[in-house]
Amino acid sequence: MPAGGSPAGGNPPGSSNPPGSSNPARPTGLTTEIQARIGHQLRAMYDEVIRQGVPDRFATLIRKLDDPDAPKAGGSETEGSA
Amino acid sequence: MPLTNQLRDDILAAVPNLRAFAISLSGNTDRADDLVQETLLRAIANIDSFQPGSNLPAWLFTILRNLFRSDYRKRRREVEDAEGTYAQRLKTQPSQGVHLEFEEFRTALDKLPQDQREALILVGASGFSYEDAAAICGCAVGTIKSRVNRARSKLGSLLYVESADDFGPDKTVRAVIGGSNG
Repeated sequence: MPAGGSPAGGNPPGSSNPPGSSNPARPTGLTTEIQARIGHQLRAMYDEVIRQGVPDRFATLIRKLDDPDAPKAGGSETEGSA
Repeated sequence: MPLTNQLRDDILAAVPNLRAFAISLSGNTDRADDLVQETLLRAIANIDSFQPGSNLPAWLFTILRNLFRSDYRKRRREVEDAEGTYAQRLKTQPSQGVHLEFEEFRTALDKLPQDQREALILVGASGFSYEDAAAICGCAVGTIKSRVNRARSKLGSLLYVESADDFGPDKTVRAVIGGSNG
């Protein structure tokens, strides 16, 4: 997966320091630390799904669609027009 | 172009990323997988319109995103309540520390306007450039940048600013309890 350009962040996933202990965040600006945490959590959530790989149903679907002899998945077989 | 073996493999290789995008958008695995399936069917059916050498993931994401948005408009009216209970259900599930953090993040993500949420996911998680994200969403690059910035600000205030004042200690305590029980 290409890098998104945000810093990789130094916090391990399990660490949960109380936020804003050193610097109470302003309503409008974002501290670098908060930006990094958001980026980290977003990717952690996303990558959890990525790690599940390709479910069988999709591999099967593509294989069937690719094979003219196989029955069409999810569609009718009445597409005869040129 | 015709559906070559290489193209089929490339489409399959994009499935995990498509699923992650769909789940991030919809917050619902079943619905996300339906979206991915519909995306694959449409992609294959319209494979002739794919330009060889162009960005296949971006093309697939565009299809999925458009499907989600048309689906979303329909569903929003029909099942707004049901959708709204998703975040609530997550909140009430007993969890370990790490997952609690996930759930709070998801809940916050769910509160973003859809434009901002999809921009943030595309750039911040899917790994697309601002230019690709703009092409996927059919808007200007500057628009994507401002949506991403607003999404980050909103998330920051939802997760770290308010919570630091109002819910911070409680959040921490719950995380600690969840973590030590797990």
